[in-house]
Amino acid sequence: MISLLHALPGSVAQGLIWGILAISVFLTFKVLDYADMTVDGSFCTGGATCVMMMLSGQNVYVALICSFLAGMIAGYVTGLLHTMLKIPPILSGILTQLGLYSINLAIMGKSNQAISVDQYALIVSLRFINYSILMSVIIIAIIIALLYLFFGSEIGSAIRATGCNQNMARAQGINTGRCIRIGLVVSNGLTAFAGGLYAQYQGNADVNAGRGAIVIGLAAVIIGEVIFGSRHNFAVRMGVSVVGAIIYYIVIAVVLQLGLPSTYLKLLSAVLVAVFLGIPSIQSYLGIKVKQR
Amino acid sequence: MLEIKNLVKIFNKGTINERVALNGVNLTLNDGDFVTVIGGNGAGKSTILNAVAGVWPVDEGSIVLNGHDITGLPEYKRAKYIGRVFQDPMMGTAATMQIEENLALAKRRGQSRGLKSGITGKERSEYKELLKSLDLGLEDRLTSKVGLLSGGQRQAVTLLMASLKKPDLLLLDEHTAALDPKTAKKVLEISENIIREHNLTALMVTHNMKDAIAYGNRLIMMSEGKIIYDVSGEEKKNLKVSDLLQKFEEAGNDEVNDAMVLS
Repeated sequence: MISLLHALPGSVAQGLIWGILAISVFLTFKVLDYADMTVDGSFCTGGATCVMMMLSGQNVYVALICSFLAGMIAGYVTGLLHTMLKIPPILSGILTQLGLYSINLAIMGKSNQAISVDQYALIVSLRFINYSILMSVIIIAIIIALLYLFFGSEIGSAIRATGCNQNMARAQGINTGRCIRIGLVVSNGLTAFAGGLYAQYQGNADVNAGRGAIVIGLAAVIIGEVIFGSRHNFAVRMGVSVVGAIIYYIVIAVVLQLGLPSTYLKLLSAVLVAVFLGIPSIQSYLGIKVKQR
Repeated sequence: MLEIKNLVKIFNKGTINERVALNGVNLTLNDGDFVTVIGGNGAGKSTILNAVAGVWPVDEGSIVLNGHDITGLPEYKRAKYIGRVFQDPMMGTAATMQIEENLALAKRRGQSRGLKSGITGKERSEYKELLKSLDLGLEDRLTSKVGLLSGGQRQAVTLLMASLKKPDLLLLDEHTAALDPKTAKKVLEISENIIREHNLTALMVTHNMKDAIAYGNRLIMMSEGKIIYDVSGEEKKNLKVSDLLQKFEEAGNDEVNDAMVLS
């Protein structure tokens, strides 16, 4: 129990950083209605870009902006594959993600690049958890505020309409292909930014860092919606996704504390997401059973 | 003015399911024409509307609207000139967005969309007045999600959206077919008011022969991808359902369905 309490701040810090990724998954999965697998690659791209930029002497803010830009490019590629070449959404994301694996290795030169908080001025680090939590909260507040403004703008409204009803959007003169591309660009930029922060927090960029990121993001979004509901204003819904990510990491900490080998974590994540995504079907199935009796 | 020349659309071309949906349609609409379109299933009524709206490219022919050749334009670019209401009430609005947000999207039809606020305070009061004119009690529900509205209310909002920025052409694709008779009548009245008030040019597809006769100043009947009857003015006013049935039979349409006659 004591050790769980000790692990708690770390879970919160991790949850906050993954919460940024959760926001970007919320944007694609919920707002744009697009299951974007690119994040598994662009998360790592963000980390790789950030660490390599810093190792080459850039300051942390420039490095994070470059992470954001790199993620944007990845999102644009997925957007082009889907909107121009008409490749289905999931496959477009998988193709970009696979390609990014090579690119991530090329950026780093090897599969892992360490960056020490003692030698570089990092924004977050697991060596300074309380400070990391504070910085993450500030960053998330800024991100949510900016996204709230963006999605309230003309182009932001057009993106939301595209995600909701493409027929309606086109009938209102909205270039739906462009809206999907912009949505993916923003979302993957954000994912890569989260990847950059995560690399700093961990003290290294790793080519496997983003594996399963989409599942963790989805878990966070779904946990948030199941607990807090989805009938909130846009800013609150983004915040709820972040809280979902924190809850996810606390649950993971508890499960590890209970003795689950850490090798089973990914299986646990997958099962968790499958169960929560399946809740509506399971409910209706049980509902029919009850009626039949 | 809309000029459709020799329009051909073939679905599943070159396959066993090949079907000629439009077989050389010629049609000219004058400004202010309110044309009702009738015909049996598969006659090409909705197809001609979709062709004009640009849902897919046509195989042959041209579509010119007020001097702009729109034949090759993508759907979203044509939307600048065209207002649309669909058969499915779910199709014309964004369910997860507020009524005012939907209207604000429609207000910007044909304009470039930037980083300006998606809706202004001035617009809100304008929308409130417009919704009041519908007389459906929606003027107090500006921030309600459209998904909470009934089918009839959604069609009425879609009509407002289609006419918010005056279109050169209004396309109504059986927009009352999915509604109960009472609501359908109300939505038809709203449609007629909007068309009259803004002096719009409109094409309205309907399954209901009585409505086809009662509304508009011109009626066209389609069969097998062609226009087989085109009537306007006094002659149209004096039409009876029995006349239309006869025309149908002459065209070799023996599968006139009950709904067309009885409703």
